[in-house]
Amino acid sequence: MNRNGRVRVVVVDAGGANLGSVCYALERHRVEPQVIADAAGLEGAERVILPGVGAAPEAMRRLRAQGLVEPLRALQVPLLGICLGMQLLYERSEEGGVECLGLLPGTVRRLESAPGIRIPHMGWNTLQRMRSSSLLDGVPEGASAYFVHGYAAPVTADTVAASDHGGLFAAVVQQGRRCGAQFHPERSATTGARILRNFLEMDF
Amino acid sequence: MLSRRIIPCLDVRDGRVVKGVRFRNHIDMGDIVELALRYRDQGADELVFYDIGASPEGRSVDHAWIERVARLIDIPFCVAGGIADVETARRVLHAGADKISVNTPALQRPALVAELADAFGVQCVVVGIDSIRETDGQWRVRSHTGDPAKMRAPALRTLDWIAEVQSLGAGEIVLNCMDSDGVRRGYDIAQLRQAREACRVPLVASGGAGDMLHFAEAFEQADVDGALAASVFHAGVIAIPELKRFLRQRGIEVRNA
Repeated sequence: MNRNGRVRVVVVDAGGANLGSVCYALERHRVEPQVIADAAGLEGAERVILPGVGAAPEAMRRLRAQGLVEPLRALQVPLLGICLGMQLLYERSEEGGVECLGLLPGTVRRLESAPGIRIPHMGWNTLQRMRSSSLLDGVPEGASAYFVHGYAAPVTADTVAASDHGGLFAAVVQQGRRCGAQFHPERSATTGARILRNFLEMDF
Repeated sequence: MLSRRIIPCLDVRDGRVVKGVRFRNHIDMGDIVELALRYRDQGADELVFYDIGASPEGRSVDHAWIERVARLIDIPFCVAGGIADVETARRVLHAGADKISVNTPALQRPALVAELADAFGVQCVVVGIDSIRETDGQWRVRSHTGDPAKMRAPALRTLDWIAEVQSLGAGEIVLNCMDSDGVRRGYDIAQLRQAREACRVPLVASGGAGDMLHFAEAFEQADVDGALAASVFHAGVIAIPELKRFLRQRGIEVRNA
């Protein structure tokens, strides 16, 4: 805890353009996040958020250049990946065929377009609960969240909620301290605000 | 299931929200942040801010208000107006915008769309298209539409431009049908249907919304992903909660705010 008795949150700058929006969302929860770009910045963190907008190969290249890949793999505090940040938690991404952090098993795959299914998947989609997790405390069944992405992780044992866009994919994931949201909680109105708050306040 | 989006559009000039009829005679509609918060509370799914003075005046958007909006609202928003290079786009996105929309600068230099997609991913890149039906029956694009005195006709078929920007990396297309803009007689369904056939990325209808049925028609008949409107929302002709109830009753998937 910091001087205000609030949880110390760091936001990793992996070059994602949504960094500011994520920080503003945390500020709406009265948390003043620290934006960090190297391993030293992770010291003393109680929650780590890995946002991301862009492409997986660039994001991994940037994390590697900043010396953040191994420290993130070894992280002992709760980590929340958002959008591309969640995809980076998996072993690989089809986007550029890149090796990711490998914190969750599975390969992130390209969403396939089909009649009526447009890619990128852009807009509000409903969350279908797959198993219980405190991440979704207070989030009503059928709540919507805002998605913008062209790649997605498969539904696995780690999937807390799935969404459907030409097939189910992982929308909220948790495996112990490793969490992820494929949508943008910072732009998902009350649903997103609640999930962020849960991540900040949960016992892991 | 993915919802159809209701998108109020706020035309911005000199830091205020304005609205004209057929792109002319702009009148003041209020403060940007005040209107943004009002629409967020009503259940708008997304907001678009067009700095309509930017391209004709040869300048880019001012970023202070973007940050002001980004701090306060928790729904996505897109910023358009005079974004002509990657660095300007980066500043707009870093100020807190979720997407950037390019129109005139993309017509002047189509490679811009590819540069933006490479830098930020296609999901950030919206291409706005102003389109008008010419006397030969073809729809063609217009540029510099923010100021009628400076508007240009680059002799480019709208459907050809839709195909080109997708191949360059547009992640979404907003088609503004100028013949119906601001006159509230309904979206240009015929044009939107053609655009839909040519468009595999999300397509947003713009121009012509006058009553709730017009929104239903755009979703049901042209299968658009979102419907954008300005004056009917600003003037209070249509309230978003009522519009969503109406659409839901017709079986159209919309978000419960």
